[in-house]
Amino acid sequence: MKEKISGADALIRSLICEGVDTVFGYPGGSIIPVYDRLYDYQDSLKHILVRHEQGATHAAQGYARVTGRPGVVIVTSGPAATNIITGVGDALMDSTPLVVITGQVATPFLGFDAFQETDVVGITQPLSKWSCQVRRAEDIPRAVARAFYIASNGRPGPVVIDLTKDAQTGLMEFAYEKCDFIRSYNPYPDINHADVAKVAELINAAERPMILSGHGVMISGAEKELAVLAEKADIPVAATLLGLSTMPSDHPLYKGMLGMHGNIGPNINTNRADLLIAVGMRFDDRITGNVKTYAPQAKIVHIDIDASEFDKNIATTATIHGDARKALEALLPLVKEHKHSEWLATFEEPERVEYEKVMKRELHPSGNKMTMGEVVNKVSEATGNRAVVVTDVGQNQMFSARYSRFSEPRSMVTSGGLGTMGFGLPAAIGAKMGAPERTVCFFTGDGGLQMTIQELGTILEYHTDIKIILLNNNFLGNVRQWQALFFNDRFSQTPLINPDFVMIANAYGIKAENVETREQLDAAIDRMVKHDGAYLLNVNIDETDMIFPMTPAGANVDHIMLSPTECYQID
Amino acid sequence: MTVMEEQLFTFTVFSENRVGLLNQISIIFTRRCLNIESLSVSPSSIKGVSKFTITCFSNRPMMERVVKQIEKRIDVIKAYLYTDDEIVYQEIALYKVPTPALLDNRAIEEIIRRHNARILEITREYVILEKTGHQEETEALFRELEKYDISQFVRSGRVAVTKSPRELLSMYLEEQELRRSRSNQCQE
Repeated sequence: MKEKISGADALIRSLICEGVDTVFGYPGGSIIPVYDRLYDYQDSLKHILVRHEQGATHAAQGYARVTGRPGVVIVTSGPAATNIITGVGDALMDSTPLVVITGQVATPFLGFDAFQETDVVGITQPLSKWSCQVRRAEDIPRAVARAFYIASNGRPGPVVIDLTKDAQTGLMEFAYEKCDFIRSYNPYPDINHADVAKVAELINAAERPMILSGHGVMISGAEKELAVLAEKADIPVAATLLGLSTMPSDHPLYKGMLGMHGNIGPNINTNRADLLIAVGMRFDDRITGNVKTYAPQAKIVHIDIDASEFDKNIATTATIHGDARKALEALLPLVKEHKHSEWLATFEEPERVEYEKVMKRELHPSGNKMTMGEVVNKVSEATGNRAVVVTDVGQNQMFSARYSRFSEPRSMVTSGGLGTMGFGLPAAIGAKMGAPERTVCFFTGDGGLQMTIQELGTILEYHTDIKIILLNNNFLGNVRQWQALFFNDRFSQTPLINPDFVMIANAYGIKAENVETREQLDAAIDRMVKHDGAYLLNVNIDETDMIFPMTPAGANVDHIMLSPTECYQID
Repeated sequence: MTVMEEQLFTFTVFSENRVGLLNQISIIFTRRCLNIESLSVSPSSIKGVSKFTITCFSNRPMMERVVKQIEKRIDVIKAYLYTDDEIVYQEIALYKVPTPALLDNRAIEEIIRRHNARILEITREYVILEKTGHQEETEALFRELEKYDISQFVRSGRVAVTKSPRELLSMYLEEQELRRSRSNQCQE
């Protein structure tokens, strides 16, 4: 007879069978049997002890985003399970593969309000791609196999397995079979060739086409195909926030970022193009502004693996349902070579205006305090534009997105859909663990950093080498900006009385320095980049610095503010 | 966008028989402030597959978004959206009226005949009538009986089958079996 092992053991062996080498987690009462078994697997499965369960999920997200493999989280029941919700919701919005295992009270206690019992399946159903409860040890391998299959195939997303304590302690005969088929879920629909032909026809007939490159391009590994398509048909490319780094920033056809704080050229030309080719993106309201006036003149092609995105926000002319890389591969031979020099030239004027009216004052400011843009720009330069950029949420995020330059894919880790303040620090830790050979630069604000600042303890424990650039304006800057622009300078609850961040970093064994003046900046960045280990720069930022250009929420995509008092003039 | 005309839509949802499916489906409506008019769940003609019949009053673009969201749930095999002309549907209603009212008034006999209702049970105190039909029909009977003091009334959710000669789901499942064999071949 086969040797019997516990469900806890089976869980760990299942993870190893899925190729997992790192998990992020935090022990507790209902998951102790799993942690007991982990003790014997320290050589094959590295457990990262975070300081709060939310941090575990964001770290796993950071790990997943740089590696493309699911991030794995193990936590206990009750409050731990509710603490993971933000990360699970964030991962769903941003199509990030996660496998989250929560402990649960033993089966006989379910439904009796036992200590640390929460209806995990109930609360995670609306926020996860799939969630299930496992109550018997023998069901664990199949549930794990299914979880990994669902999390990482098709449009990736978070999956939750709620594991009762008796399932962890029960005995079973272990055998593992990877999941490669679920009859109710076809993650990679066959590309419909009639759809491809129709799209090719639209592209071949277009005079002013523009490609909108989203996260899906990166997920499917279609960066090369996208560039080939753009080059063959001479089509300008714009990226969504999560699509940043799908095309190198210095590619001649790359025209910048879309959206509320994107570049003027692609935003203005959204309403001038005759064809928009959206690949792996979902027409978020931060991209479209007012949907009623969004590109009414253009035909819309939408390529996505998730059919529920078609016609959700923007009505399409044609769609290709499927994996972006396969779709582009099918499309390429049908697309004719083309030149769109005149159309491409229309990006020059908005680029010039953006430099003159926005970037110049940001990169070469006259005031004593520094601007976020100049700091991000210098860090990008100092890292040869090769770093993984991790951001928090708010002005720091938008400045990082605008002023970082990217030379390879999977270089931007940020919370897009959910906009989770506090995402950055744990995500940066996870990103570094997923890509230890790369420099990880984490840009944050003084607000967001303090939302998950306890994860400095994780850096201390694992000597995680991340470069923290704290763009400190002692304000909740993005809300401050909206208050300044739309609420008559009434800065309600946005000024922050902050601690000494250098002392805090030092207390966690992290080297840190204050950067008070512009004269100190270059040398400080240089020391940070050359330092072997984590480093924090607390940079003194002008609180009146605002992120521009800006399309106010709900405004037309081509209504672009250059400053509080000036709008871009549409000819 | 098409004209936002409101009408009654019927969803037929086929799913794996798993715990929590009802919640997964109903929250899709809740989140969009949509009211489910009626809902019934039963086994389908295919073993192990549950069938939900859901009706909802809304406009077509919204309903098309909802049906895609339902189908996106992993354990949902397939979801279809219909208008009344595409399906054959029925509801069942039960009415409890006091027996004396029935005995005292010959009109009730006439009402029962005219509406093609059935008597399920008679006691000294009450009579239980059953009527199957479309909502207008069960409602019409309700209105006529109202003056005789209906003490209880209940109407089921709609059940519906399509007018298509074959169960669409069977064809879909056959395609999935092909997909399974292809994925097995890849492995070998």
